Amino acid sequence: MTTFNRRDFLKLGGGVVVGSALSGCASLNLGASKKVVVIGGGSGGATAAKYLTMMDPGIEVTLIEANKQYHTCFMSNEVLSGERSYESITFGYGGLASRGITVVHDMVTSIDPQARKVMTKGGGSFGYDRCIVSPGVDFKWGGIEGYDASVAEKIPHAWKAGPQTVTLRNQLKAMRNGGTVIIAPPGNPFRCPPGPYERASQIAHYLKQHKPKSKILILDSKDKFSKKGLFTQGWKRLYGYGTKNSMIEWVSAAQGGKIEGVDAGTRTVQAAVESFKGDVINVIPPQKAGKLAFTAGLVKGEWCPVNKQTFESTIHPNIHVIGDASSASKMPKSGYSANVQAKACAAAIIDLFNEREPGDPSYMNTCYSVIGKDYGISVSVVYKYDKKKNMIMKVKGAGGLTPKDASKTALKRERQYAHGWFQNITDDMFG
Amino acid sequence: MSIKFVSRLVLFGGIASSSLVMAAGPSPEMLSHTCAACHGTNGSSVAFTPSIAGNSEEYFIDSMKAFKSGERKATVMDRIAKGYSDDEIAKMASYFAKQPMKPMKQAYSASMAEMGKKLHEESCNKCHEDGGKKADDGGILAGQSLIYMQHSMEDFKAGSREAPKKMRKRVKNVVDKHGQKGIDALLNYYASQQ
Repeated sequence: MTTFNRRDFLKLGGGVVVGSALSGCASLNLGASKKVVVIGGGSGGATAAKYLTMMDPGIEVTLIEANKQYHTCFMSNEVLSGERSYESITFGYGGLASRGITVVHDMVTSIDPQARKVMTKGGGSFGYDRCIVSPGVDFKWGGIEGYDASVAEKIPHAWKAGPQTVTLRNQLKAMRNGGTVIIAPPGNPFRCPPGPYERASQIAHYLKQHKPKSKILILDSKDKFSKKGLFTQGWKRLYGYGTKNSMIEWVSAAQGGKIEGVDAGTRTVQAAVESFKGDVINVIPPQKAGKLAFTAGLVKGEWCPVNKQTFESTIHPNIHVIGDASSASKMPKSGYSANVQAKACAAAIIDLFNEREPGDPSYMNTCYSVIGKDYGISVSVVYKYDKKKNMIMKVKGAGGLTPKDASKTALKRERQYAHGWFQNITDDMFG
Repeated sequence: MSIKFVSRLVLFGGIASSSLVMAAGPSPEMLSHTCAACHGTNGSSVAFTPSIAGNSEEYFIDSMKAFKSGERKATVMDRIAKGYSDDEIAKMASYFAKQPMKPMKQAYSASMAEMGKKLHEESCNKCHEDGGKKADDGGILAGQSLIYMQHSMEDFKAGSREAPKKMRKRVKNVVDKHGQKGIDALLNYYASQQ
């Protein structure tokens, strides 16, 4: 089927309707426009725009993104430790524009699903045949007393990479030797499940070299976390975890780790049982789908329900939601997931434009975490679509974690391949 | 009904049914696109991770099967390969074999590369033809990730990846004459082809 285009198909078919599976083709309109508006230029949106143009140059793709530059969340923890520059996680949209994608820097204010139009703050109106929405996450303010968007400028979450990444880095640099860094990760589900623990590791890596008397206190809303066994093993090896002199201390929800309030003035965090004073505080608030998902009426609860084969919204037809904002269980909310979902979505849209039954999707995800010098770990999963359950299921007997007995050489290689992944996924998005 | 028209219908039916068979699983393109986050768009990596574009189908299939069985040790590929059926592996092999491998832009030592070129012509070009650009039994070496090639040579040496007999012999000759420097020179030569 892949080597067989619509023109050949019409030639062969000679206009005769054959078989029910193909009867939809009788209504083919060769002159039909194929306009896709992609909203959001992160891992999901940038990849979708690129792959739509790559797979069918006849599609007119417009990418609408508010910012001229994108800062990847992935590898931003290495900016915090000083292992990489802020510039190295900064990307522009020139590569996508040179592929023929119309890149518009504007803020989308609303989507009219009936008229199939996207409206922007700048007064633009963009008609579409299919729309892809990839707005990422937004924060649920109000759950933590005294912590809101304006306080976050001083006590950064840095959970969307950008200026707050720089603020947090500068605070760490300015901190005294012997200071305490508090990291407060949210409950599930949230963007990048291993991220807070990689962050603790990277900060420990920095402090160990420059401010060795300092401590990191993780006040958690959970009793377990992604790759916990591998993280704690690495912390034991590198940062004295579990000993009196451990640089990292993790307080689970059961031990009273869940935070309830922040006092920005005194830099104090109120947890369930006691309060803690920090020199640098990093609160990662609980999350929900990005704002546009709510204004466009694409959410059920806090996330966007989709057909997990095509990522078409189950609320508004012709609008697809990919990445962190979508309910794509059992895939985690990760950059890799969004990248792969974008490709499944692009392939489905091309099938739908050509009045074909969408082909079977394929998905996978690998999350690397770099926890110290020459020390990388990963979790990897291959997924298959289960049509009956509309679920993305793990392929049994495959995937899993870095083995606990991985050699030093293997851990070093994982660190190298983590960086290879970063270079390649960003090139796959923006190149 | 003319014979021509009937044959058209038969042909049409044949294509229609084969397309239905293909619809039974993800397309080669769909499967292969999921690899790009690590191995680069269409299998040409831009850094560290090996490129997988342009290799022969046979080499791709053998590699994936060796990962799947655990015969070839890996960091993540052993875990990932277990997620795919033989049919899916064959589909990806056919897709990547058709993609041109774009050489990686990477740092290398020019003087080592010069030495490596001579060693390559003496010892390796018989199988890794055309300066390592061609791939039949083995992978493409020209423009391949230097770090990955270093890992591969370490693995061949440690026995955690099986090298063909003739390769073992030729590598031994290079090492006997030039030590590890000979291997480094060869790999710098492949990395220099950009």
